[in-house]
Amino acid sequence: MAFLDIEHLEKAFGILRVVKDFNLGIQKGEFVSLLGPSGCGKTTVLRMVAGFETPNSGAIRIDGKDVVNQRPNQRNIGMVFQAYALFPNLTVAQNVGFGLKIKGVGRADQDIRVAEMLRLIGLPDLGNRYPFQLSGGQQQRVALARALAVKPSVLLLDEPLSALDAKIRVSLRTEIREIQQKLGITTIFVTHDQEEALSISDRIVVMNGGIAEQVGAPFEIYNRPNTKFVANFVGTLNTFDAAVLDPAAGRVSLAGTEITLPQPLVSLTGDRIALALRPEALHLGRFEGREVVLPGVITDVHFLGSVIRVRADVAGASVALDTFNRADTPPPPVGAAAEVSFSAADLIVLGG
Amino acid sequence: MTKLWSWGALLFGLVYFTLPLIGMTEFSLKMRRGEYSFDAYAKVLADPKFQETFSYSVLMALVTIAFGALLVVPTAFWVRLKMPWARPYVEFITLLPLVIPAIVIVFGYIRLYNTSSWLPLTGTAMGTNILLMFGYATLALPYMYRAVDTGLRTIDVATLTEAAQSLGAGWGTILARIILPNVLVAVLSGAFLTFAIVIGEFTMAALLNRPAFGPYMQLLGANRAYEPAALAVIAFGITWACMGLIQLITRFSKHTRAQR
Repeated sequence: MAFLDIEHLEKAFGILRVVKDFNLGIQKGEFVSLLGPSGCGKTTVLRMVAGFETPNSGAIRIDGKDVVNQRPNQRNIGMVFQAYALFPNLTVAQNVGFGLKIKGVGRADQDIRVAEMLRLIGLPDLGNRYPFQLSGGQQQRVALARALAVKPSVLLLDEPLSALDAKIRVSLRTEIREIQQKLGITTIFVTHDQEEALSISDRIVVMNGGIAEQVGAPFEIYNRPNTKFVANFVGTLNTFDAAVLDPAAGRVSLAGTEITLPQPLVSLTGDRIALALRPEALHLGRFEGREVVLPGVITDVHFLGSVIRVRADVAGASVALDTFNRADTPPPPVGAAAEVSFSAADLIVLGG
Repeated sequence: MTKLWSWGALLFGLVYFTLPLIGMTEFSLKMRRGEYSFDAYAKVLADPKFQETFSYSVLMALVTIAFGALLVVPTAFWVRLKMPWARPYVEFITLLPLVIPAIVIVFGYIRLYNTSSWLPLTGTAMGTNILLMFGYATLALPYMYRAVDTGLRTIDVATLTEAAQSLGAGWGTILARIILPNVLVAVLSGAFLTFAIVIGEFTMAALLNRPAFGPYMQLLGANRAYEPAALAVIAFGITWACMGLIQLITRFSKHTRAQR
């Protein structure tokens, strides 16, 4: 049995069902991200685990104990909010020590724990500052320390990086992951940013319309999306229209070229299906191991430094492909004819 | 040209407000014929009735403030947090004392709580004091509620409450340690307004026959020439001192210093 078990969770606000039959088991020490667009129900799931919303039905068990009927202040859960939510009237040290004080921890032990937490987040000297004297990134780190100080059984992070600027966001997410691994704390991270979710999670739950569309490791979610929604939401995707020739053998026709897919198809012969490829699976020019070659025309070139993103018209579709920059090979000119190659094994079948 | 008009308007406003004040102050200093003196002030301050009624009203004001804060802060907090739909109704109720005259309230009190009623509060001095305090709290309600509600608007009540809850805090702790300190300046401005109202209130205190400052001022005004003017200047000074205190406390609250 998992450490945190969510079973058949349902939540409706009025007639609107925002979470539908949500199931998830999280192992102790695991970092799981709930990823999805606004309104997909990810924050509602998190708030139900925290106790701020009551589910209409279903169970939430932490370490085998059902917590659905417990109040938020009885659940021993640490939470970090998007808006930091530091208490403006308390200093950094008082904020971090707030939960300890409520628990009745002695003054000396409180001070030791607060100092330990401030060291953990790399702000050992800022204990006497007030929240308004800190930058956004510092405030969020203090909020993290405050949530962790009480040694919660589960850490909940509700879009903690959304209010920060891009550079801080990247460094803080690395820091959060390091601290989480160091303490081995079970964590749920809610985000709408796929890059964030892919980079720091053990597992990702992609949510849409209140349903968990796919649960899996980042590598799996990105490379083997189960549904069209997951494929489109996570990463950039090039889609092609293809006709099914032999569903049992996985043979399709793409712009007149016959391709054999690694898996059989459920569609019927003659059906039109959508095939997709990640930009990095496409290669400019012929390449060993990329058996499918299609002609195309370069329409756009973006030089991004280490990577060159090229757009080309291939098989009636506008596709994006990434190549690494090489000092001896200048990017292709716009309007030039080019060949694009890929491996059939990399094709993702959408709704096939 | 516009600038000239603005200056003109400002000057007019200043004259409109300060001229009567200057006139009154000047008159209050003229008790001794032919020269300026503080005789009227000395007389007022030395009057045992003044000391008695003023200290009574100050005490009543402090009790009213404590009761008002205890009533309004949790109510405004709860309405903001859990019942935002009820805000217009609560606002309407808190505004009622502005449209219902104090005399109606006090007659209602006397009818409901007289010595032959089921709760004979007017039977004892303490009971009447309690009744008067409730009356004062009602009169101060529009100001207290608005001040606290505005204070609550400046903080993220919902998120701060949830943050405190997730750290194990119960409602009492949340109110006392998080919400109240963050709206303290607002509560204090409500408190000083309450103080000013209670110090000057006449109707309720007179009809409940309590020795308050309002009836004393009225009595003095009806019987003396110079002392009422001196008393008015003193009352004005107290009001201004209250305003000054609000400013001072705002400046002293450390965590809000940067926002100003």
